Amino acid sequence: MTTQALRPSDRAEEVLERLWIETWEGNRRSIPLTDASLKGHEEGLAELFHEELARLHDGQVELTPAGLAQATQTVRRHRLAERLLTDVLEIEPVQMDVAACGIEHSLREGVDEAVCTLLGHPERCPHGKPIPPGACCRRAAKQAEREVAPLCNLRPGQSGRIAYVQTGEARKLQKLMAMGVLPGKTVRLIQGFPSYVFQVGHSQFAVDEGMARTIFVRLGEK
Amino acid sequence: MSVLLSVAPATEIVRYPPALAQALARLEPLLTADYGLTRRAVALLLLQGDAEMLELVRRLDPANAAAVAAIVSEAARESEQPLTYAVALARQAATEELLAETVSLPDPSGRSLAETISQLTIRPLTGLPILLAVLYFGLYQFVGQFGAGVLVGLLEDDLFGGLINPWLTAVVEQLVPWPPLQALLVGEYGVLTLAMTYAIALILPIVGTFFLVFSVIEDSGYLPRLALLIDRVFKLIGLNGRAVIPMVLGFGCDTMATIVTRVLETKRERVIATLLMALAIPCSAQLGVVLGLLSFNPGALAIWAAAVGSIFLLVGFLAARVLPGEQPSFYMELPPLRLPQPANVLAKTYARMEWYFLEVLPIFVFASVLIWLGQLTGLFDLFIAAVQPAMLALGLPQEAAVVFLFGFFRRDYGAAGLYDLADKGLLTGVQVVVAAVTLTLFVPCVAQFSVMIKERGLRTALAIFAFIVPFAFAVGVGLNALLTALGVTL
Repeated sequence: MTTQALRPSDRAEEVLERLWIETWEGNRRSIPLTDASLKGHEEGLAELFHEELARLHDGQVELTPAGLAQATQTVRRHRLAERLLTDVLEIEPVQMDVAACGIEHSLREGVDEAVCTLLGHPERCPHGKPIPPGACCRRAAKQAEREVAPLCNLRPGQSGRIAYVQTGEARKLQKLMAMGVLPGKTVRLIQGFPSYVFQVGHSQFAVDEGMARTIFVRLGEK
Repeated sequence: MSVLLSVAPATEIVRYPPALAQALARLEPLLTADYGLTRRAVALLLLQGDAEMLELVRRLDPANAAAVAAIVSEAARESEQPLTYAVALARQAATEELLAETVSLPDPSGRSLAETISQLTIRPLTGLPILLAVLYFGLYQFVGQFGAGVLVGLLEDDLFGGLINPWLTAVVEQLVPWPPLQALLVGEYGVLTLAMTYAIALILPIVGTFFLVFSVIEDSGYLPRLALLIDRVFKLIGLNGRAVIPMVLGFGCDTMATIVTRVLETKRERVIATLLMALAIPCSAQLGVVLGLLSFNPGALAIWAAAVGSIFLLVGFLAARVLPGEQPSFYMELPPLRLPQPANVLAKTYARMEWYFLEVLPIFVFASVLIWLGQLTGLFDLFIAAVQPAMLALGLPQEAAVVFLFGFFRRDYGAAGLYDLADKGLLTGVQVVVAAVTLTLFVPCVAQFSVMIKERGLRTALAIFAFIVPFAFAVGVGLNALLTALGVTL
């Protein structure tokens, strides 16, 4: 999508972002040309008008459909950058804002998807504002079910190999080990309500949700 | 034993991860004393955090103890997973290899009958009706009608009432000239006429039939399935499904059940279970008499069951909120369902009956002596006078005070006293229900109370006792007010 249009300059992207935040996120169709948020960004705005990513109508500035799509991606990249700096590099908030503005322009052409996947498809930026999802997020939501799931997410009759047991509590771990719940063994869920009943090897056990949640199963494998 | 230490190690069947193997290699030379195990076994136990073994090392190899502890904690620190887990994983891998080479398992294709029935018992839609059926036929019909009805009738009325007691009374009156002693032995509450009669004619058939049914259910493997059905309900009252065993036993004998609360993992669960048993779980002796008492009107029975049941849930819920502590996990193995083996069932029933006769019955005989003393010294009359306002509040006649006093000594005494009053026509239907509810909730019998002190400590037992007395009466007063206000007649 971005390959067709000429890539907007950095300052045009800044204006795109502001417009998106002020209109789309602020629940308005347009903002006045004289709005404070557009001060000092006349060049970028002019570029947007030229590229038909924004238009002027009765003294109000609004995003065109093409502009909206681009702006969404821009905001996504900016907020992903913020997350990357905060979570992975642990940059202080003051420096983070400046750095994010710089990095976001580099997260293009798949790099943003790589960063998004690395961060585990975060839903909010450090300021708490939502991160627009990308194609990678939508794919992951569907695929996660096919990879590793906790026992309580299985349907009765489903089976798989135990991938790992995730609990910090030594006692729970010991109980599960005593039941023979160890990685590599096949487990089959018999029932989920009112308690989780499963079969491991030749024995059947019943556990509650607290314990079923800690057993992670790789589905479909025999 | 020391010969084992010098045997050359066979090819290792279990291969541990390198870090663990290294730790083992460093530990083994440090263990010089004779532990009764191979050095490798001791080292493995130490790495898995066995406190007893570490203590043993400190005693037997004091010079090396510090170094040993250092190696163990270093290995634990460097490992990503808990060491017990790593060891278990290694052993499991070895087991899988061995099995693959030696055992061929048939693919479990068709479902056996036992498996089908098992599935029926654990699905809520079919499981709950099955549970109700088990309760109805097991408890109500077999213990209630057959045990408390037929057997008790035979033993109490025909055998003791008709034959033994009159003969005993005659003999004692001939041999013992002193009236008070006569009263102790064969009087209205005599040790021989009442205590022994009740022990053999009432307790034995009721408790015996209950233990029989319980043993059958236990041997068939049904109890864990019951546990998984009610786990969610039990979680509301601060327990978990594993508490099903002591709770169900409580319907047989609360004293035994209070001891069995030892199987519960946390102190919080044990206290809640003890409280609920003391308050709202009637033992089979009491249950038998109460069922007989209320059978005149199914509505009365329903009200009693609803009142006691809701108090059970309410108090459990509140206790779970008030008492600190965490909720333990529910985990239970489901053994395959199978036909109970008569030999097993009889052995279990016999063992429980034997315990009951040796541990509980003497206390009941002692209680009879206390009652005799109380009557003799006039303490009873004092008590009745003191409790009169409470009886009034409950809407009961003054004579009912004796019922509650006796209820402390033996739950069935209390219920039987109530039965007598009702028989004499001294109570209306509503009064019977109110008295039955209050009596059921009232304090545990003296045997249970003494076990409570032993298991939970004097303070907790006294606190429970102090809570139950006013609470039971409050519920009775409330119920009386409610039924009267609603204009219910039974």
